[in-house]
Amino acid sequence: MRRVGVNVVLSGYAVVALVPLLIMVWNSFRTDQELVAEPLGLPVSPSFDAYREAWVEASFSTYFLNSVLVTTASVALSTAVSLLAAYALARSRSRLMGVIEQVFVSGLMMPVFLMIVPIFYLLDTIGLASTRTGLILVYSAVSIPFSVFVLATFLRQLPDELEDAARIDGAGPLRTFWSVLLPLVRPAVATVVVFRFVPIWNDFFYPLILVRDRDLYTLPVGLTTFFGEYQTSWSTLFAGLVIATLPLVLLFLVATRQIVAGLTAGMGR
Amino acid sequence: MTRRRTAALPTPVALLFLLPAATLFAVFVLYPMATALTYSLFSWRGTAQDAFVGLDNFVTLLTTEPYRSQLPRAFAHNALLFAGAMVVQNSVGLLLAYALHKRERLRRLFQVLYTMPYLVSPLVVGYLWSLLLSPLFGPVNAVLRAVGLESVAQPWLGDPDTALWVVVLVTAWQWVGFPLLVYGAALGSLDPTMEEAAMLDGATSRQRFWHVTLPMLLPVIGTVSVLTFIFSMEAFPIPYALGGSNGSPAGATDVMSLLFYRTAFGSGASNAIGVSSAVAIVLFVVIVGVSVLFTRWFRRVERRLT
Repeated sequence: MRRVGVNVVLSGYAVVALVPLLIMVWNSFRTDQELVAEPLGLPVSPSFDAYREAWVEASFSTYFLNSVLVTTASVALSTAVSLLAAYALARSRSRLMGVIEQVFVSGLMMPVFLMIVPIFYLLDTIGLASTRTGLILVYSAVSIPFSVFVLATFLRQLPDELEDAARIDGAGPLRTFWSVLLPLVRPAVATVVVFRFVPIWNDFFYPLILVRDRDLYTLPVGLTTFFGEYQTSWSTLFAGLVIATLPLVLLFLVATRQIVAGLTAGMGR
Repeated sequence: MTRRRTAALPTPVALLFLLPAATLFAVFVLYPMATALTYSLFSWRGTAQDAFVGLDNFVTLLTTEPYRSQLPRAFAHNALLFAGAMVVQNSVGLLLAYALHKRERLRRLFQVLYTMPYLVSPLVVGYLWSLLLSPLFGPVNAVLRAVGLESVAQPWLGDPDTALWVVVLVTAWQWVGFPLLVYGAALGSLDPTMEEAAMLDGATSRQRFWHVTLPMLLPVIGTVSVLTFIFSMEAFPIPYALGGSNGSPAGATDVMSLLFYRTAFGSGASNAIGVSSAVAIVLFVVIVGVSVLFTRWFRRVERRLT
């Protein structure tokens, strides 16, 4: 009996967690008239007008492209530089390296509100104000603490016999890094990529402040202007929310394991 | 295992590998962080740094309108968000994790289901709920009417008395997966013999939860509480989506991040940089101070209990 009760609670909460997301999806296929007439109705005759409206008229195609460009470039750049740095930190015995690692890791708790005004003027000074490049550089830099931390931890757990063998065979540090370590470090790279992709894709704070030009907006900032302008076109609003979320659903389906493992990394003791 | 690391990199080579990351980090993180501290000690005319004014910007915050009344209000709202998150999100997360702990076959499925909202952008979550709670076509009020609770249905986000609670609940809805997964992992790593021993001694399942499992979870509860505090103090996208940058209605959902945003980028005041930097520093000091004090206090409590 008790067991059944607990199962009811567990399933009940699953409904609470999922139904709002389902409503978001199915309301995007209904017209505004249907939404008002029947707030709880299902999409009986699905309409794609809302998507056309959002994608074409409300420039979601532009926002989407910007988000893809900025997110992939930031994740690629930050992962590449972090991997090089993590290799240096994991394989060096110098005390200086320990200090540098501390500095990197201290950035895990970055005070973003404190940094944003100086970043704004810094980008202005170096001619990168309101550009995708500026945004990419900032995202890459703030991703470094997490990426270096995860990658260096992983590299330290790898046995170094293979590297020794490569060195004895006459490979230099760069060659060893490229041909020996890179293939081994793939699982950690996957975790880092997934874990930086999600927050950068979802981030709204940096582009809201750093990007002024509407053609360069990423999806989240695009959403804020869109919600101001399409206030009464509800199904279009639902469609916009779905477009902003879809890539993450795809990522989630591909990488559930990394996500669940990474969310709890280092927390359980 | 103390194996001699033979593959050590020579320091010059290691520094070369470090260079790209260190440059990016120094320019876009360390430099802004260092200058931010000085920004608040100067007065500004637009983007031009003016005279050194010591703590004047902080005095402005405490004595001049609108900051004088908005700062404490925003702080109180952040504190409420934290309290709400502790009561709603973290306890629900813990209970769900505990219930799932004993159901090995279903655990993974439910964990994934509960974590779905966590992956959606907080801004999308905020906007989604603003649509769901709409008085015109919102399914939430429609459900209430359908089950005969007509009198409860109301414009949740239009009423200053309910708006902040909407922020609390929407945040909890999105974040419950976080305590759930953390507590789930912690429960998995606990020594099961303790609970078995208690069971043999005749402890009821409620007693086992309160007197055996919960005390063993204390360190993790401490970590989750500190992180919840930090997230609650920095809450931005959900309040922004639900109440706009002014914290509508009537400032009922105004929080520190919005106050900072308005001061820095929306006020048009000539000394916007000085005052907004002061806001950011106050927020930073509170976050760090409370986190450190709490962690210290919590360790003492832990030691007394174990």
